[in-house]
Amino acid sequence: MEPKTIIDKIWERHVVHREPGKPDLLYIDLHLVHEVTSPQAFEGLRLSGRRVRRPDLTYATVDHNVPTRNRHVIHDEIAKKQMLTLAENCREYGIPLADIHHPDQGIVHVIGPELGLTQPGKTIVCGDSHTSTHGAFGALAFGIGTSEVEHVLATQTLWQSKPKTMQVKINGRIRHGVSAKDIILAFIARFGVKTGTGFIFEYTGEAIRNLSMEERMTVCNMSIEAGARAGMISPDQKTIEYLEGKKYVPKGETFSRAAEAWLKLKTDDGAVYDRTIEMDASTIEPQVTWGTNPSMCVPISGRVPSPDDFAKPSERKAAEKALEYMGLKPGTPIEEIAIDHVFIGSCTNSRLSDLRIAAEIVKGRKVHEKVKAIVVPGSHSVKKAAEREGLDRIFKEAGFEWREPGCSMCLAMNDDVLQPGERAASTSNRNFEGRQGAGSRTHLVSPAMAAAAAIAGHFIPVHRLNQEETITIS
Amino acid sequence: MEPIRVHEGKVCPLNRANVDTDQIVPKQFLKRIERQGFGQFLFYHWRYDHKGNERSDFVLNNPIYKGASILVSGDNFGCGSSREHAPWALLDFGFKVIIAPSFADIFYNNCLQNGILPIVLSEEETAFLMEKAEVGSLKVRVDLPEQTVHCQAFHFTARFDIDPYRKQCLLNGWDEIALTLQLEDKIRAFEEKWKEEGENMGIA
Repeated sequence: MEPKTIIDKIWERHVVHREPGKPDLLYIDLHLVHEVTSPQAFEGLRLSGRRVRRPDLTYATVDHNVPTRNRHVIHDEIAKKQMLTLAENCREYGIPLADIHHPDQGIVHVIGPELGLTQPGKTIVCGDSHTSTHGAFGALAFGIGTSEVEHVLATQTLWQSKPKTMQVKINGRIRHGVSAKDIILAFIARFGVKTGTGFIFEYTGEAIRNLSMEERMTVCNMSIEAGARAGMISPDQKTIEYLEGKKYVPKGETFSRAAEAWLKLKTDDGAVYDRTIEMDASTIEPQVTWGTNPSMCVPISGRVPSPDDFAKPSERKAAEKALEYMGLKPGTPIEEIAIDHVFIGSCTNSRLSDLRIAAEIVKGRKVHEKVKAIVVPGSHSVKKAAEREGLDRIFKEAGFEWREPGCSMCLAMNDDVLQPGERAASTSNRNFEGRQGAGSRTHLVSPAMAAAAAIAGHFIPVHRLNQEETITIS
Repeated sequence: MEPIRVHEGKVCPLNRANVDTDQIVPKQFLKRIERQGFGQFLFYHWRYDHKGNERSDFVLNNPIYKGASILVSGDNFGCGSSREHAPWALLDFGFKVIIAPSFADIFYNNCLQNGILPIVLSEEETAFLMEKAEVGSLKVRVDLPEQTVHCQAFHFTARFDIDPYRKQCLLNGWDEIALTLQLEDKIRAFEEKWKEEGENMGIA
């Protein structure tokens, strides 16, 4: 048989209907729903008298709008209405919902995997571009708009033209102190924000294989920031170990059979991709973005670039605008950029391993007096696990605020909003203008870099924190 | 969705690359549960300053472009978030056609779902339209059946590609869900087959 990529295998299995001149009609195995992109879809169903075809393949939670401080009083009436609307819709159509006080509530891309709803080989959609996260398990997962949400609710299918396939091969090993976030930021910095447009990525190579499942989620999460709707990693033993025992994963003999089938999904030796790009992991340094899209990114040892560094006129102009918006001067060492806020959270970096790394750095230290720092765990389950380990105490003693789970300051739809001109080190995924509040300035970093910046008050390599303290004391 | 066949209109030049959906409609306006009324929030932070006053240097506030229904912009238009509020805002404001050298995938799909025609032209063609629109009022005619963008004044004609199925949907203003539901038998047969094969399909 002709060798196939995992992308081809999953796609072919899910074609419900195919005819010339049309996209394929694909079956959707799991539809994740949240409060922001679903109300108009349910309203559409209601107006046309349609039903939800498979509420049993649909799962909803609230994450974008939820307050992270006091969960019992929601001051924002419009946000409250949106959350209540989701609850009413779920009740009316029989869809399971992890509501704000439910123990399974959390960021939709954090709870999918931790509940075992996310499984290898599934087609997964959600009205959210970071649905690519679930690709870490070897699922074909991508974000859709609200009209498509309505289409999936009504038919459990989607018309899709098959994207091209791209192998993103990250060779070699990352150095100590370099994280999954740095891999994906360095990748986007090198290849640009539209390199994946029209493609599905499969990440391969030694550096990817060495990552834990949580780290793989960080990489796949930001596929969309490189333009790819989906980014996948072929399942291996780590995938199986992560999923075993999760709430919605089959048990016992059924699990063994499923695991066997999942491992067979991996891309066959000799399978052909439409395109392959490669990068060496061993040269990657911790990354910090300086501009207003994720490709505007340099290593921590670097400097803010000058518009003259860019060859294309459009890029020069974009750099000029970005520097003006970010309030940065060309040539400034990244380490000299002082910050006002630190946000550790989001579907990119809010899992237990992220919090452990950050906690290890802040342990026994104090957040810089000019910095306001918050930790927003990705889910109730992450929060409880972190508290069992005492991470909450470490953060609180250092001067961080320890919050309730949600999307929070990643997109600042709730009241976790920066003021105009305020600058944040953020473990989230987008540094777009105004993303964390009108006029706010976002620098994307890993949890380790965010933690170090919180302590120092500016960006700093983690290993230098000690030296700096010694200097301050003497 | 309103069908679109031939559209003639004024061009508004938005000379930026990587215009993301956070700019097209900022997050604070995503809390509404309706589809309508998003035009007032379009490019909100580019149109208005922190006090809510119009920014005179933003192209949409320039009286020359009042009533424009065709937006020309840079590479990778509509990147970022999947929010369909972005095309809803563009449509509600009055844009029926968007021309760019490339679009982000999710945004492109979202346009097609709402009767907005996203047109990919070459960098040179886009730059030509941008330049002409920036110096004065430019009118172009977009012909979907012919797949052309035509500008009489400059003897400019450019051809564009579009998926034939999506083209039919736009031309007819089809309700895609109704079309899919005609395939109910096939969907059910697919589910039956999987059940027989012992696939684990349910959540619980």
